[in-house]
Amino acid sequence: MKNQKKSIVPALLIGISIVFFVLMLVLPLVIVLYRSLKDGLALYIEAITASNTLSALRVTLIAASIAVLVNTIFGLCAAWLITKFEFRGRQVLSTLIDIPFSISPVIAGLAFIMTFGRMGWATPFIDWINDLLGTDIALVFSVPGVVLATIFVTFPFVSRELIPVMQAQGNAEEEAAAMMGAKGFTIFRKVTLPHIKWTLLYGIILCAARAIGEFGAVYAVSKTRGQTFTLTLEVDALYMAGGADSITQAFAVSSLLVIIAVAILLVKQLVEYRAKRNEEA
Amino acid sequence: MKSTHTEANHSSAEQNRRRATTSARQARAKSVIPGRGLTMGVTVTMLSLLILIPLASILTYSFRLSFSEFIELITRQNVVRAFRTSISCALIAALINSVFGLILAWVLVRYDFPGKRLMDAMIELPFALPTAVAGITLSKMYSNKGLIGQFFAKYDISISYTKIGLTIALVFIGIPFVVRALQPVIEKLSPSWEEAAAMLGASRAYTFRRVILPELTPALLTGFGLALARGIGEYGSVIYISGNSEKNGTQVVSYVIMQKLNSGSADYEGAAAIALVLLVISFLLLFFINMVQLAAGRRAS
Amino acid sequence: MKKKFALVITASLLAASLAACGGGSSASEEENSDTITITNVSYDPTREFYEAYNELFVEYYKEETGTDIEVVQSHGGSGSQARSVIEGSDADVVTLALAHDITLIEEEGLIDEGWIDEFDGNSSPYTSTITFLVRAGNEKDIQDWDDLIKEGVDVITPDPKSSGGACWNFLAAWYYADLAFDGDVDEIKAFVSVLYNNVLVMDSGARGATTTFVENGQGDVLIAWENEALLAIEEYPGEFEMITPSVSIKAEPSVAVVDENVDENGTREIAEAYLNYLYSDEAQQLAGEHFYRPSNEEILSSFSDTFDLSVELCTIDDFGGWDQAYEDYFQDGAIFDEIYAY
Repeated sequence: MKNQKKSIVPALLIGISIVFFVLMLVLPLVIVLYRSLKDGLALYIEAITASNTLSALRVTLIAASIAVLVNTIFGLCAAWLITKFEFRGRQVLSTLIDIPFSISPVIAGLAFIMTFGRMGWATPFIDWINDLLGTDIALVFSVPGVVLATIFVTFPFVSRELIPVMQAQGNAEEEAAAMMGAKGFTIFRKVTLPHIKWTLLYGIILCAARAIGEFGAVYAVSKTRGQTFTLTLEVDALYMAGGADSITQAFAVSSLLVIIAVAILLVKQLVEYRAKRNEEA
Repeated sequence: MKSTHTEANHSSAEQNRRRATTSARQARAKSVIPGRGLTMGVTVTMLSLLILIPLASILTYSFRLSFSEFIELITRQNVVRAFRTSISCALIAALINSVFGLILAWVLVRYDFPGKRLMDAMIELPFALPTAVAGITLSKMYSNKGLIGQFFAKYDISISYTKIGLTIALVFIGIPFVVRALQPVIEKLSPSWEEAAAMLGASRAYTFRRVILPELTPALLTGFGLALARGIGEYGSVIYISGNSEKNGTQVVSYVIMQKLNSGSADYEGAAAIALVLLVISFLLLFFINMVQLAAGRRAS
Repeated sequence: MKKKFALVITASLLAASLAACGGGSSASEEENSDTITITNVSYDPTREFYEAYNELFVEYYKEETGTDIEVVQSHGGSGSQARSVIEGSDADVVTLALAHDITLIEEEGLIDEGWIDEFDGNSSPYTSTITFLVRAGNEKDIQDWDDLIKEGVDVITPDPKSSGGACWNFLAAWYYADLAFDGDVDEIKAFVSVLYNNVLVMDSGARGATTTFVENGQGDVLIAWENEALLAIEEYPGEFEMITPSVSIKAEPSVAVVDENVDENGTREIAEAYLNYLYSDEAQQLAGEHFYRPSNEEILSSFSDTFDLSVELCTIDDFGGWDQAYEDYFQDGAIFDEIYAY
């Protein structure tokens, strides 16, 4: 009786998992790919090589790279601070860092507009800096605005991955190194980094993936197609253009995003696999 | 207000600390590891500039309303209804995700089957896939002409443009939170416990309920909370699949914020006020999650 | 292993800085050329028209003055587009769905008062009206507004609280009921209330509603801009029919120069020429070809095959102008909230 049960349960659970996985995650992908190729390869290629698409790809890559860079630096600092030191308000600080994780992208966009937009209170200050430096940098409706919004939504991705790992690691090794007189950056590079490098890379990859896919927040601060649009905004614009062809093109550009996303996730899987093998070795 | 408060607390705490380095307790707390000042500086500066200052604007805008206006606005029928819709759908979706997330995480850790690696890789797809693409695709799939929707249409069940569709979109968005929260914990959970329990004659259900589930509860709560927080504020993916009908209860909070902005009066104060409530909800949820994690961490050590 | 890891990090940093540099250099290229750029912030359904018009205007302006110009387009829901100008998007001209959205920008001091008399016909170089789009065969036999309140008719129309086009839809329905019930406000309210009870999906914008109806197959009838309906019929031949109701509203999409921005950008001359040229015969012809009703009567009559010119149209003045209409019908707590609550 018991034996029989034992053989059924795993199969049942695996079955449920596969059905759920296929229905919820695989099918949408297949539909995007199918829909993008429905009207032939020529239209597909035309769509993904259109000048608006290429410009959007460029903006997406710029925004994602800068967001990854900034958030990696931030993530390392924040994780170091939170795991290595005791101080009052640590709990609040780590909650504040996580806020963009759960915040509505609509609010993120709104917050930027209300701060850096024409009637935002930071605008006179930015104008002043611009006058001083003789520059003409706008923080909304411009590529820098898109970059800022992207940084905002992906802000906690690296730190959130690092903190639990560094916490589990404990501080004994770093303390020992410090006692022996090692400098801060040396401790980080020689002692901490080897333990967290795969986690760090994993966080970076997730951050990049999320940055590329962001829609709601950049939607609020980017209004011109072909200049400040990212790929996701280009998809929306094509979808909203409403013609039969342009909807197919919207799916073609979407498929580009899907391919990027899947590629990133496969790299992530490779990283995880490496990390596990490393651990075992 | 809240954020500037905490900042103020921060800097004053910092000063106190510097002054009181002689106290024995402080000396014990002071770590030998260098970099405290630097990382504190970088973290607080970046957090303030990039996150807190923009969010403070929401606060200042919503304070342009008087308290009674604020209350009147957020208790208005359509606002209350939108909150009810967002919270109830996100709650249901988070519950569904807890069940399926647990199964998925369990299967991914404990069993071997073909395609497992691929499945593991794709769990984060909802993070990586643009929400707009997800929304458009899901609404197509489940509309009564769509691949899945047409089956249900035969029985007169509509999915797209109803609460069901909305919930499905939120399930899609939330699943990685639960799976990724549980996976590492299940990995650490030694199978020998279950074996021991089984040898002592415990049934599978009993073992699960009394041995496994308590171990997983903190992680499950974390995943549940994150999925819930994300679902309540979600915009991109639900906007295409929700019917946006106040009456049918398919209007979500994010949409009402956008509606306030795009309406003929560009009502920034109103939008900020609703956003503020949403912000407070997500902050509380996150705080709760952090407490759970902290408690779990303490218990483990 | 360590080396490999360092390599990955270095490579990604390098890629990041390269991308950033790439962004910088191409931006400066644009600045260096002699082309003057102006930005036209418009609403969703004008995409196709302005794409064609910009080509026409660039050529015309080059011929007239020898200056190369480039027109950057921005499209979206009319209300959110107006908002983006208020928030600081650098629009030289706005071409929006209704005068009220431009008034919002005026109230912020970006556009001078009296803009509506700046150009002919309430600054509306082209107009449209509100019609019905139904699926081929018109199974539910929809002919006029009173067919929309029948039981079992699923209506698609956008949210008047977030979309300009939707306001025109609402007012057109109101006007029909006003005539039918001889001005009895309670009965008019009951009529539009039933109509909005039949609404299946209420998208945030006119384009979204069209997509929901046309592409996703929802609903029996779409209350749409005439130009949107005609465009859908052209894009999907044989799938849809347009029904022009007995009465409707003259929808006037307004245009204006954003005074503060053109003065700062030094583009006033071009911006004014851009809007003026919309009234030229060539542009009017082009508007007609893109299913907008030209304001030039002569050219309009040459499109009598396309447009049903017999339909009786009210205007926004029948509602006391946009500001009054907005206050009476669409503000929080106004008539729309009243009839839509249940």
